[in-house]
Amino acid sequence: MTGYLIRRLGQAVLVVAGVIVLTFAIMRLVPGDPAVAYAGPKASAAELAAARARFGLDDPLWVQLWNYVRDLLSGEWGTSLHTRQPVASDLTTVFPASLELVGAALIVAVAAGVPLGVLAARYKGKFPDFSVRLSSMLAVSVPVFWLALAVQTVFASNLGWFPVAGEYDATLDTTSPLRVYTNITAVDALFTGNWPMLTSTLEHLVLPALVVAAYPAGVIAQMTRAALIEEAGQDHARMARALGFGETAVLTRFSLRPAAGPVLSLIALVFAYAIVNGFLVEAVFNWPGLGRYAADSIRSLDTPAIAGVTLVVALLYVLANLVVDLLQSLLDPRVRKAG
Amino acid sequence: MKTPAKGWTGTRPAGTALIEVRDLEVRAGGRVISSVPELDLGPGECVAIVGESGSGKTTALMATMGLIEGADVSGKITVCGTDVLSASPRTLRAVRGARVALVMQSPQAALTPTMRLGTLMRRALARHGVKGAEAAERARDAVGAVLLGEEILRRYPHEVSGGQAQRFAIALAIALGAEAVVADEPTSALDVTVQAEVVAVLRRLRAEHGLAVLLVSHDLALVSRIADRVLVMREGRVVESGQARTVFAAPADPYTRELIAAVPELPGGAP
Amino acid sequence: MTAVELRRTPLRRAADLARGDVLAATGLAVLALVALAALLAPWIAPYPEDGGTAVHLTEALRPPGAEHWLGTDQVGRDVLSRILYGARTSLFIAVAVLALAAAVGVTLGVVAGYAGGLVRDVIMRITDVFLAFPALLLSLALAVVLQPSVTTVVVAIAATWWPWYARLTASVAQSVARRGYVDAARCLGVPAPVIVFRHVLPNSLTPVLVQLSLDAGGVILTAAALSYLGLGAQEPEAEWGLMVEQGQSLFTTDWWVVTFPGLAILVTAFAFNVLGEGLRAALDPRRRPR
Repeated sequence: MTGYLIRRLGQAVLVVAGVIVLTFAIMRLVPGDPAVAYAGPKASAAELAAARARFGLDDPLWVQLWNYVRDLLSGEWGTSLHTRQPVASDLTTVFPASLELVGAALIVAVAAGVPLGVLAARYKGKFPDFSVRLSSMLAVSVPVFWLALAVQTVFASNLGWFPVAGEYDATLDTTSPLRVYTNITAVDALFTGNWPMLTSTLEHLVLPALVVAAYPAGVIAQMTRAALIEEAGQDHARMARALGFGETAVLTRFSLRPAAGPVLSLIALVFAYAIVNGFLVEAVFNWPGLGRYAADSIRSLDTPAIAGVTLVVALLYVLANLVVDLLQSLLDPRVRKAG
Repeated sequence: MKTPAKGWTGTRPAGTALIEVRDLEVRAGGRVISSVPELDLGPGECVAIVGESGSGKTTALMATMGLIEGADVSGKITVCGTDVLSASPRTLRAVRGARVALVMQSPQAALTPTMRLGTLMRRALARHGVKGAEAAERARDAVGAVLLGEEILRRYPHEVSGGQAQRFAIALAIALGAEAVVADEPTSALDVTVQAEVVAVLRRLRAEHGLAVLLVSHDLALVSRIADRVLVMREGRVVESGQARTVFAAPADPYTRELIAAVPELPGGAP
Repeated sequence: MTAVELRRTPLRRAADLARGDVLAATGLAVLALVALAALLAPWIAPYPEDGGTAVHLTEALRPPGAEHWLGTDQVGRDVLSRILYGARTSLFIAVAVLALAAAVGVTLGVVAGYAGGLVRDVIMRITDVFLAFPALLLSLALAVVLQPSVTTVVVAIAATWWPWYARLTASVAQSVARRGYVDAARCLGVPAPVIVFRHVLPNSLTPVLVQLSLDAGGVILTAAALSYLGLGAQEPEAEWGLMVEQGQSLFTTDWWVVTFPGLAILVTAFAFNVLGEGLRAALDPRRRPR
């Protein structure tokens, strides 16, 4: 187990190093001069030179890379060109909002996807299976920004069931201000007992979270179905039937846990995907997260901010994969032993 | 070997058999893959179906458990008084495990990998209405009866040997109070010494608990040691059947002669 | 599975697909229609000039009716015509991205799988790094530094998609490289590149084809998303994601401007996805549910 842990961590560190180099390469090796972007198109030669010196753009590439890594490690992620704030501090305020949205969406996706997958596997080839396959296929094929617009128009603008946009009712900032700990509004509101804020946040969360949940729910349902059908054909499932267990019990009590491995890995993959998919939904619902920050950064060609967003999401992806591998080794005694 | 009470050649009076098969035919893809005109298993008996792989013997065995999917089964199969082909799924589930238990070829693969053996046994007992202290006692007695220590119950399938896993599968049958065990090549995935262990356990349970065994095997040496009666199958059909001793001593069908000739330890076998 | 079924060739099974899998057959039929629309857009579009720069302000925002089946957009262009032209953009992007990604990925994967050892490790670690970037994210970063255009979209998405093919091909190539006939060829002194292209590559193709059909839907969705964010196709090009972006503020009042382009994306991505899923079930026995 310890050997496995060390090997797995080493692998993750290697990937993180690669991610940093690649981000650096994208930001520095491309046409376009960051100094011009910073100093503005009308800057004089002297201003440009000053900007170049400030960013160390005259140094050899490997020195720049070294400085970049050193800065990253010391928490110095550069200054955003559009907020004029340190990127690192920008990220600590916008990232939790994205996490809130995607976290809520994933909870919905697992809560819907796994039971639907079980249902489809239980009635394989029959009507419930067909409907689950059809709807999960639709869920993974729908353009998320369009779904967001449609849902917003119908349920917020037209029917008025939910707020149109934002993370919470802005007037609450004065009537019921939130003490901030984690920057995840719903969590902070819950733990400080700020009920008006919590209710408002949840209301605002419903539509965007459901939209973000569509894709993960679809793939989770498909993967659960496939993994369960595979597992239910194994000898041990046949043995369970021979012990007198019915088909539903064979699926839920005997097959679900052995089948959890592939489903869990999928959830890690989908997590990173949902964060980025969430960008589009954030743009539509004006959710103050990474996506809106990224969109603003793109509009102002804000290279340090884009690099920051890219790094955060890539690191998150690596972390999610790591967590899933470790979880899997806890869930499945066979992996535990192999490590 | 314990000799059966009467000189069996085939039929026994209806109603006294644990497993009774008449005119069984399993068809898949328009082809008969297994056909058994007559098979009876009485209390404490051991009947073996022998033949090479693909001869339809495993199919016949799974049909008696009512566990065949994707094929048409016709004929009449009665297990402990229950008509397998017409019974409701609910009735069948009450019979499976509690009256007739299955032992599979690959012992570890037959146990759920993420479940401790004790959990599996507890769930199986609970499924048939045995819970709490009685379940714990039955589990202890059953593993004892197959000569396993109690600590086996705390292990995962990958932590036990093939022989232990196979004996545990038999213990499941004992704990559930099954009167018959249906065993599909129970020893072919095991080492020779371990095979002997499993055979010894099966024989002892027959003698002490009156456990009946329906055995599928291509291992004629094993069959000759434990079976009372034998059905020889080839290409989905029964080519010969009768008392084990008679069949082994004077095989009527050329195919049976061939099978026996291939096994050196048997009287009629090659030197 | 019976022996009869085992003897069926992949092609026979693919043919059976149409009968067995209603969803996949529907997908294939829809894709054929989309491809026809893309090919014949200039001839079948009711207002061919609306695929480009045309402006008819007097015709702006007409609801769906006899003259404009799917209505007109904010500058009076026929939505149906633009959707037909948009099929060209979407299919072009999908084909270009997948061709690029497969070419790079399969080459690297075959090399990694056949060579093994250090070469394989280096290539696989590089793919790990690229896999850590969700497609849309790397595309975002790349699209910022390149000029927004359809070409940028193709390059950006291909850059994130090749590692999947590298990984897939490497594992297939590795198992093929161990087979007897490849060993035999090696012993006979057949040069490595010949072995790779004669023996290893053809064996890797079926899983890659299945993966390509599964990925096409995702590529179309990603491309549409990039255009929606303003990083892809630019006005006056007809592109479905861009059409949604241009019409989004009008959704409450003029629903057709946004609804139909979005539906076009949905239907095309759905068709690719069900077809890919069906092909996988039919051609890839490893993943076939039993």
